[in-house]
Amino acid sequence: MSTGDQIKTTYREAMRAAIREAMQRDDRVFLMGEDVGRYGGCFGVSLGLLEEFGPERIRDTPLSESAFVGAGIGAAMAGMRPIVEIMTVNFSLLALDQIMNNAATLLHMSGGQCNVPLVIRMTTGAGRQVAAQHSHSLEGWYTHIPGIKVLAPATIEDARGMLWPALQDPDPVLIFEHGSLYNMHGTLAADAGAVDIRSAKIRREGGDVSLITYGGTLGKTLTAAEQLEAKGIDAEVIDLRSLRPLDDATIMASVARTHRAVIVDEGWRTGSLSAEVSARITEQAFYELDAPVARVCTAEVPMPYPRHLEEAALPQPDGIIAAAREAVG
Amino acid sequence: MSRASGDARSEAWQPDADHRKELLRQMLLIRRFEEKCVELYSAAEIRGFVHLYIGEEAVAVGVNQALTADDNIVSTYREHGHALVRGVPLDSLMAEMYGKTTGCSRGRGGSMHLFDVSRRFYGGNAIVGGGLPLAIGFALADRMRGEERVTACFFGDGAVAEGEFHECMNLAALWDLPVLFCCENNLYAMGTALEREQVQTDLALRAGTYEMPAWPVDGMDVMAVERAARRAAEAVRAGGGPHFLELRTYRFRAHSMYDPELYRDKAEVEQWRHRDPIDRLVGRMRDAGELSDDELAAMEDKLVGEIEASITAARAAPAEPVEDLTRYVYSPEAS
Repeated sequence: MSTGDQIKTTYREAMRAAIREAMQRDDRVFLMGEDVGRYGGCFGVSLGLLEEFGPERIRDTPLSESAFVGAGIGAAMAGMRPIVEIMTVNFSLLALDQIMNNAATLLHMSGGQCNVPLVIRMTTGAGRQVAAQHSHSLEGWYTHIPGIKVLAPATIEDARGMLWPALQDPDPVLIFEHGSLYNMHGTLAADAGAVDIRSAKIRREGGDVSLITYGGTLGKTLTAAEQLEAKGIDAEVIDLRSLRPLDDATIMASVARTHRAVIVDEGWRTGSLSAEVSARITEQAFYELDAPVARVCTAEVPMPYPRHLEEAALPQPDGIIAAAREAVG
Repeated sequence: MSRASGDARSEAWQPDADHRKELLRQMLLIRRFEEKCVELYSAAEIRGFVHLYIGEEAVAVGVNQALTADDNIVSTYREHGHALVRGVPLDSLMAEMYGKTTGCSRGRGGSMHLFDVSRRFYGGNAIVGGGLPLAIGFALADRMRGEERVTACFFGDGAVAEGEFHECMNLAALWDLPVLFCCENNLYAMGTALEREQVQTDLALRAGTYEMPAWPVDGMDVMAVERAARRAAEAVRAGGGPHFLELRTYRFRAHSMYDPELYRDKAEVEQWRHRDPIDRLVGRMRDAGELSDDELAAMEDKLVGEIEASITAARAAPAEPVEDLTRYVYSPEAS
């Protein structure tokens, strides 16, 4: 039960608190990745944990993504509960062989013998002017793969609460943390802990249009929803939270109420998670729709460096508002 | 540079005739099992990729002698031999070739993905180099828990060209992990000869640059392999960090069933066949009066009988039900 006490915190601190709690509760848990120890984490998430838990459990690695992700898989198979941190999703491609060919397949190709209780955390997304090799949102690719689960904490509460249940999962779980969220300030219940990691959440109720999003675009979508209210449109905002599996029931129930859907996804449009959500709405709720499903995605361009071009490439509240207004008609 | 490590116990190791008979039996088991697989493949009873180990048997048999039941093995897609000597039951291996429920991976893996967790046999990994990071992880877990277990990791000369190989050699040495790297150098990465893909073809020398003891071994001599593996495994077990064996061997048969072998001379293959590890051990034992023709024939008959029985059982075994198609994608306790 919540005592009702609230603390001021950030997304970064909430994630750190989650790692600390996991390390304290289960001595099989350890954190491994590039610069997680002495540096304190590329984004400062693990700052101070080395001093608290020592170099065996807060383990700095060489720049060998494939080896240390694969080592996490092996250690998980051997009974440990590793948290592997990859600096950015772009770098995770150097470990894609291990994630796809090993983590996702071992249980099945061993006939159920080798489950992989591994958590991989990585930063995703743009907004920091770090150009075309550090800014992409490739989580949609990972949602293509049977055998893994994909989470996207978009709130401080989820940053605090998703890690522990992910570690309890017997199978590999990927957690995507949008880089623009780490500095997000807010309050959190002093006794906040594990959250459900299977369902989507309605972050704002509304009856005119369903705005479906996750991760780094939740804030922009909520901003758009507020501005739509001033224009007389009552938007519902769904935070997917779990990208694989998707919570179809929450999405379809919302569409059944609003009869209109706009999907906001920082991934590119073609072959994307937004395409998957759109297809599912068409398959499962076609006769509920009063307008075509709309999508607001990142422009199909490698992320440019200058701020004005980066902003133009990314989904923005204005684009979300325009898509919602068109859907409502 | 490559360094050798000495160990009094392994130096003192002296196998007797019974031990040699067991080595011979294991090599023959692999050879006859795979010869039968060729027949079954030709008869279209088994399908997929089947990579034969024929010619390389001394490596699996010799290395396995240095391991205990508590050690881990991570292997490749050319792993029938490793699985057999590890004690994965013949029936479950043959059933896996047939894709049946009684297979060691419930028929879902096939020839390239043999698994038996109860025997700490972790595949059956068919991405070249992809098993090495897993071995690092097993060894890391053991080191963190203070367990005195060796993880033996098999891979071929082809893996030495992969980035994962170098990442893992560095990591194993950097973290002082209990890994026994067993490089099965059969001189070809599929059809590409070692000297056509590596600037330095002395792989033990190469491995030695990662600050771990590494030395070459005659992989066609099972006694030499066992002696070297005992020395290396004992050193790893004693906390000596990772060790590397370059086991120089040769694949007598094609890379897989689809290989017309355009890339190597028949004369070269013939030359290596003269070094057949089975013939070599048989010759040595006969010279020493340790093996009669009758004994050898009896051993062969027994193995052939066991293999035939495994085929009969596999043919009769049930297939996985189609309703279970998506089983084992996620664990049952998860959704």
